Amino acid sequence: MIFQLILIFIMIILAVAAVIFKDLINAVVACAAVSLITSILFYFLQAPDVAMAEAAIGAGLTTAIFIIAIRKTERHEKEK
Amino acid sequence: MRTRKIISIIILLILAGGFILTFSQIPFGKDKINVAHYYISKGIEETGAVNIVTSVVLNYRGFDTLGEVTVLFIAAIGLGAVLFTEKRVQKHASKSKDDKTKKASLILRTGSNLLFPLILLFGAYIFVHGHLTPGGGFQGGAVIASGFLLMYLAFPKQSINKKSLSVVESLSGLIFVGIGLFGLIFSGYFLSNFLPKGIPNTLFSAGIIPIIYIAVGFKVGFELTSVIDDLLGRGK
Repeated sequence: MIFQLILIFIMIILAVAAVIFKDLINAVVACAAVSLITSILFYFLQAPDVAMAEAAIGAGLTTAIFIIAIRKTERHEKEK
Repeated sequence: MRTRKIISIIILLILAGGFILTFSQIPFGKDKINVAHYYISKGIEETGAVNIVTSVVLNYRGFDTLGEVTVLFIAAIGLGAVLFTEKRVQKHASKSKDDKTKKASLILRTGSNLLFPLILLFGAYIFVHGHLTPGGGFQGGAVIASGFLLMYLAFPKQSINKKSLSVVESLSGLIFVGIGLFGLIFSGYFLSNFLPKGIPNTLFSAGIIPIIYIAVGFKVGFELTSVIDDLLGRGK
């Protein structure tokens, strides 16, 4: 139970960090880590099917697609 | 500007109050749904699939899964259509770029050569055993697509034959719909489980469920691979 609480806490920190980071690659990596922790939490909540989908799609493919998109556009967020 | 912020904060507070009032009425974590009880107690007996999630996804809610697969298909087509025009333009510009994109590092190449067959095998295992163990067509397909993504990263200059991807994808979609129509012919409603259910917990059980999940696995895997291929601007 405590382990899950720690995971949720780390997840919230990472989610906030994904918004704050100006380097978009870092933000994408933070998003992937959020997905990974989500899949661990799904496993603890006895939903291994969803955990598998979350790990493969959320942490794997989505991250790659975001990084491809960043490589084709701009890496750093601009100040307005 | 400040009035706008104040208004948005007030709206958010009203929304939050509404959510709190609504969700305090709903009991959290208590099972009060009769349908869920029915699936758990009768699922294995009626569908032959030990994994109850699979029996719900492909048997009780099989038509919804067909819709889900269709949504993914349309998304892949839309992406291909949007990126197609750009590819033509880039073809001329990217000739000088190709010299810059060298080979990937030795570790990545060797590692992905070793891992690629294992990842494909694991993905196939997940969707073939969808009715016995956690996972199924969507998860297995995503694992297969991530294997192809690894190969794309390791060997940037090679690409998969796009035509074979779309042929496999369309064939597996047709198998899904065809099995549904066979159900309509043999036992009266779309996607009904007309094959013998067999003994639960064995590989050849649960009637049409493994066949449909294999088709879904191929479809999702190759669809996501073609999405990656489109995004990387390769192929053809």
